[in-house]
Amino acid sequence: MSKLSNLIPPDEQVSFWSGVLDPESNLDLISVPPEDLWREKRAGLVVIECPQEIPCNPCHTSCPTGAIKVEPLTAIPKVNYDLCTGCTICVSKCPGLACFVIDKTPADYSIVKLPYEMYPVPKVGEVVDCLDRTGKPVVEGEVLNVTEPSRDGTKVIWVKVPKGFEMTVRAIKVKGGE
Amino acid sequence: MTMSKSPAEIFGYSFPDIRETQLLIVGGGPAGLSAALQALKLGLKVTLVESGLELGGQLVKQTHKFFGSSLERAGTRGFRIAQELIKELTPFKGSGQLEVYLSTTAIAVYPERIVLLSQLSGKVFPIKPKAMIIATGAQERMLPFPNNDLPGIYGAGGIQTLMNQYGVKPGKRALIVGAGNIGLIVAYQLLQAGVEVIAILEAMDRIGGWWVHAAKVRRYGVPILLKHTISRAIGKEKVEGAVIAEITPDGLKDKYQVECDLIGISVGLTPTVDLLRQANVKMKYVAFMGGFVPLRDREMRTSQSWIWVAGDSAGIEEASTAMIEGQIASTSVAKWLGYISEEEAKREIDQLWARLGYLREAEVSSKVRKGLEEVLVTWGG
Repeated sequence: MSKLSNLIPPDEQVSFWSGVLDPESNLDLISVPPEDLWREKRAGLVVIECPQEIPCNPCHTSCPTGAIKVEPLTAIPKVNYDLCTGCTICVSKCPGLACFVIDKTPADYSIVKLPYEMYPVPKVGEVVDCLDRTGKPVVEGEVLNVTEPSRDGTKVIWVKVPKGFEMTVRAIKVKGGE
Repeated sequence: MTMSKSPAEIFGYSFPDIRETQLLIVGGGPAGLSAALQALKLGLKVTLVESGLELGGQLVKQTHKFFGSSLERAGTRGFRIAQELIKELTPFKGSGQLEVYLSTTAIAVYPERIVLLSQLSGKVFPIKPKAMIIATGAQERMLPFPNNDLPGIYGAGGIQTLMNQYGVKPGKRALIVGAGNIGLIVAYQLLQAGVEVIAILEAMDRIGGWWVHAAKVRRYGVPILLKHTISRAIGKEKVEGAVIAEITPDGLKDKYQVECDLIGISVGLTPTVDLLRQANVKMKYVAFMGGFVPLRDREMRTSQSWIWVAGDSAGIEEASTAMIEGQIASTSVAKWLGYISEEEAKREIDQLWARLGYLREAEVSSKVRKGLEEVLVTWGG
């Protein structure tokens, strides 16, 4: 019998039904802001990667401006981007950790504000690994802020990413961690 | 057995004094707790028995935020929901309207509505309720594979108990078998506890759990291998590794051999229906609901007119729907015992069914909806 590999390549399966979104071909299933508005909206706008109809609406009920609608309860969230202020409350409230606020207004970088429930919690100024949807480190980024909008244990990490990585970076990993 | 002792001496009770109660609720998980709250609010006297050391059932292990709507406390972590429900019960304990027995298992149902309770202390005693709600939840299924009895191989729920209830890190490198919601959530919780998760294996060609739960673990580098399963565990004294096989039309094809000291099995749940069977409740095998489940009417009443059912013991579903079913059952009991009118009960139950309706509306609930068609009945008379 031939020797079996002891390494599972992280990209062995990257299909939608193994939990990986393809931001290009699955675009109709997620909420992405219109580019013109996105480039100008200070604090950023929400991207919601919630492509499956499940009975869940905390993004809707927690949104202070009424920008997010989930109607009926099992619908995919719809965002009115004129109302979204990028406040990140949904980022911290979503049980599926599917909301990300992305600020494209800085001239030479963008800020991804993502949910974080791991240890250790990075410090402001720390440089962390930025991971894509399969956990692959794609770029390094400086942590600009660490907030906890709902004060319920879910942190929102603001991480600086180079232009062009806004729709790639979806998690961070503190360097030297496990 | 010492024959000189009377049953009273052996069991510590004497049969003539059978304790009576209005409503006996078996199981203190989400279904049982909300059934208790609803019944207490409607004025009933309730006895709640829970086999575990504390109330809350599976909720106490759930560190993730719950789905659903605000009515089902969505956005709140599971263990906090348990804390909230238990807090709401407290005033009724003080007033004597509620009696709670922890570490107490309902072990038998006898004719004339006598239920035998067995306590961890060794005490066994009968109780005679006017009505009973069975909310005993479910059990994890095990998967047959060589060496599946090695220490270090757990049901995924067992891993949650160790980590989230007792604060024990169960291993360093984990392999999860089954990408239903429990497998996906446990993988995420393992990552949070600093355990490496090598992979999640799923026999089907798509994850069984919700997509967002899968995305949460994928972005931390956990592969989910579809059409893969565990072919055997490796180890002598304890688990040291596993062979992962691809499921092909020609059978299992071994593909990877990985090192791990922890294997979590999450291949589904089966309703805990022993008491229902003993009570001769009419049952039916419905694969979509996890196995044998009781036939029930719209008010969660079984074929035994004094027994209702709620939660996973009525068919595998979610904590959110379990809580609503508990409320429906108690509303029906209250009507039966004359605490609320037919009209009030109907109004309340209609509202609760509307909530069940929208929770079950999505494609992800299609199996539950099909299962219900097979078990929902109207009792004559």
